[in-house]
Amino acid sequence: MQGIGAGAAALSWGTLHPHSARAEQASATAQNQAPQTPRPPTRFFTAAELAFLTAACERLFPEDDMGPGATALGVPNFIDGQMNTPWGRGEKWFMAAPHRSGPANLGYQLPYSPQQIYRKGITAVQAWVMQNHHAAFENLPAATQDAILSALEHNVTQFDDLPASAFFEQLRSDTIEGAFSDPIHLGNRHMGGWKMMGFPGARADYMDWVDRYETPYPYGPVSINGETA
Amino acid sequence: MAEKTLPPVDAVVVGAGWAGSIMAKELCEAGLSVVMLERGGRRSTAKDGAYPSSIDELEGATRYKLFQNPAQTTVTVRNRLDQEALPYRRLAAFLPGEGVGGAGLHWTGVHFRAMPQDLRLRSHVIERYGRNFIPEGMNLQDYGVTYEELEPFFDRAEKVFGTSGQAYTVGGKVVGKGNPFAPDRSDDFPLPPLRDVYTAHLFRKAATEAGFHPYAMPAANASHPYTNPYGAQMGPCNFCGYCSDYACYMYAKASPNVNILPALKRHASFTLRSNAHVLKVLLDSTGKKATGVVYQDAEGNHITQPAGLVILAAFQFHNVHLMLLSGIGKAYDPHSNTGTVGRNFTYQNITNTTVLMPPTRSTDQFIGSAGGVAIDDFNCDNFDHGPLGFIGGSPLWVNQAGVKPIAGAKGAFPGGPRWGSAWKKQAVDTYRHSFTINAQGSNMAYRDVYLDLDPTWTNVYGQPLLRMTFDWKDNDIRMNRYVVSKLDGVVKALGARDVHYGMRDPNTPFDVRDYQTTHLCGGAVMGDAPKTSALNRYLQSWDVPNVFVVGANAFPQGMGYNPTGLVAALAYWSAHHIRTQWLRGNGGPLVTP
Repeated sequence: MQGIGAGAAALSWGTLHPHSARAEQASATAQNQAPQTPRPPTRFFTAAELAFLTAACERLFPEDDMGPGATALGVPNFIDGQMNTPWGRGEKWFMAAPHRSGPANLGYQLPYSPQQIYRKGITAVQAWVMQNHHAAFENLPAATQDAILSALEHNVTQFDDLPASAFFEQLRSDTIEGAFSDPIHLGNRHMGGWKMMGFPGARADYMDWVDRYETPYPYGPVSINGETA
Repeated sequence: MAEKTLPPVDAVVVGAGWAGSIMAKELCEAGLSVVMLERGGRRSTAKDGAYPSSIDELEGATRYKLFQNPAQTTVTVRNRLDQEALPYRRLAAFLPGEGVGGAGLHWTGVHFRAMPQDLRLRSHVIERYGRNFIPEGMNLQDYGVTYEELEPFFDRAEKVFGTSGQAYTVGGKVVGKGNPFAPDRSDDFPLPPLRDVYTAHLFRKAATEAGFHPYAMPAANASHPYTNPYGAQMGPCNFCGYCSDYACYMYAKASPNVNILPALKRHASFTLRSNAHVLKVLLDSTGKKATGVVYQDAEGNHITQPAGLVILAAFQFHNVHLMLLSGIGKAYDPHSNTGTVGRNFTYQNITNTTVLMPPTRSTDQFIGSAGGVAIDDFNCDNFDHGPLGFIGGSPLWVNQAGVKPIAGAKGAFPGGPRWGSAWKKQAVDTYRHSFTINAQGSNMAYRDVYLDLDPTWTNVYGQPLLRMTFDWKDNDIRMNRYVVSKLDGVVKALGARDVHYGMRDPNTPFDVRDYQTTHLCGGAVMGDAPKTSALNRYLQSWDVPNVFVVGANAFPQGMGYNPTGLVAALAYWSAHHIRTQWLRGNGGPLVTP
């Protein structure tokens, strides 16, 4: 009953130093599981789609003096992995017809799942870029890529019933999620996103740090699978 | 799909959240056989809150693992009567719960009472400012129950929830440094307040310097080990920062799953059925008596559960939806201003101010709990509204429940770049050195803000979606802007590097794309008159007296405080009167209209 749970929880914070308790528990979890089978490089996106995605995510989240960019963090792999989830298939959105447009503040009204947003969006952007720049997005200079992304963000064009900004916002949101979610979801490789932000990950125990007011929390992150950094 | 009718029970309770669990427990104690129906699946802290797998921001707060899936059923939303409402297709502005425990499994745990004036706001405003102070089109109402009447039930709820807090007065005597605006209490909080995290500590200091009255926010997060009156054991909060949107792996946050259901399940007369989506309440030929409910089970069968007493205890708008679908009471019509079901639909008026501290200060926003530090100087009627010309107010607080990096990065300092290196730099700077002060305010009820059935869209059960007609109004916009402007002195005292005041903009309609709060209220409100309330002061339907409707749907208007503490107290209040009066009577109305 509830007593068992409360007891177990109490043991984990009360008898061990909190950061080591969390890390050991996380490591134990990792050791109890079979090593993760490396996933194939792509499952949903074609190589061409992935080339676009990699280039676009890197511009949204570039490698710089703050830390790694989207490519190094595995963001394209993360987005690819997310496509074959209930969310990626649109099973967590209300998708029933009719689909009508309305004021932006009444929210998303398109009939597309995330999978469809990407498939339609990448095809449309590449065709648009090809027409205007005579090259694929990934082969253009960074400054041109930035100008294109900015145009999408400000909704300068509409692709076959897909507003450019809807595609851009999906891409931006997923890039952030890939950079900062637990590495179990294939992004945030080596917890590079968390190290940059100063987020301790799955430690989730600050009993001893609540009121050490002028002392920044000293420990680096741990992941759900027990990786430390 | 099969149709089936089960043997009758004394009471059926719709929804397994706080309201449903409290009602079911009380009715089982009274000796009734009780079936509780929950549309979602089984949930437990041991499984859904397990460390470390539950410490996952993507699954928990981004993909909404524990929330209602709008693919099954959702609402439509519009701002004005002359608009077409459109479906709320992706969860964003508000996040209804689902599954055993309801939103009580993954709420934050902020646990307030109500201010006495809030419970009789219409009478209070007229007494202090005169009848003409109430703007045209505002349906300002009293609850029909006073703070003094509810006090024992607030106390009961705090003891069940294991609430941590600091009292100001108990039995009329000042006992501690609690909120000096708070009403008197019959007993202290069961647990002392949680410690202030750094940002709450900064706010406490600065608010004091600015001349305000900071206090520790009451939180249903145990500050010490605790055993509640049902024998449920809570572990102490370790400030893990996974409160909102998660089940608490420390068993420190009160939930129906930890605090009530284990005791409820020991009653032989209690049955819990999950994956049971109630389609409607069945009425007899007179329409004045409920005979039970019909629900759809996981296999798609339609099951009739006959019962002598029906308790609707689903989430606020699901209760209203079920009443409309079942024909309990008269649907509200904003044009003729008649009917009560759907009337006085309100929300909570929250805006967030971001304070950026000097780079030498690490705000460690990942540390968190449901506690924090608040001031009530501008809540409710704690200040003179006379020269201001608006009704309502808002506490201001630092309630840091743990900011994780996805939300942190998406919420980089407002108005800055949105991507690229400049954005990255700002996102990291904001995450490491900023914090948020919330103005969580009241929302008044208006004649043209209401709930009804949508004419176009249906859910997977083939029923019309509930339609929300909602917008922010002048009174509430001015209230928010006034209260937020009072942060000026606090921000100066903080020595902030930069500040972005989050204020309601008069030209920006309610936007479903931005998370605000899940504190939706009203739509089937309690009150003194059947013309303006769907329920009497005991939460009993005026029209069908063996139906009680328990939840924030009963609030005639939204208050500044979080609703759960009042929902729990009202549940105990209603249950008390069912036990002591209704069960001993003829099953009729407890109040003669």
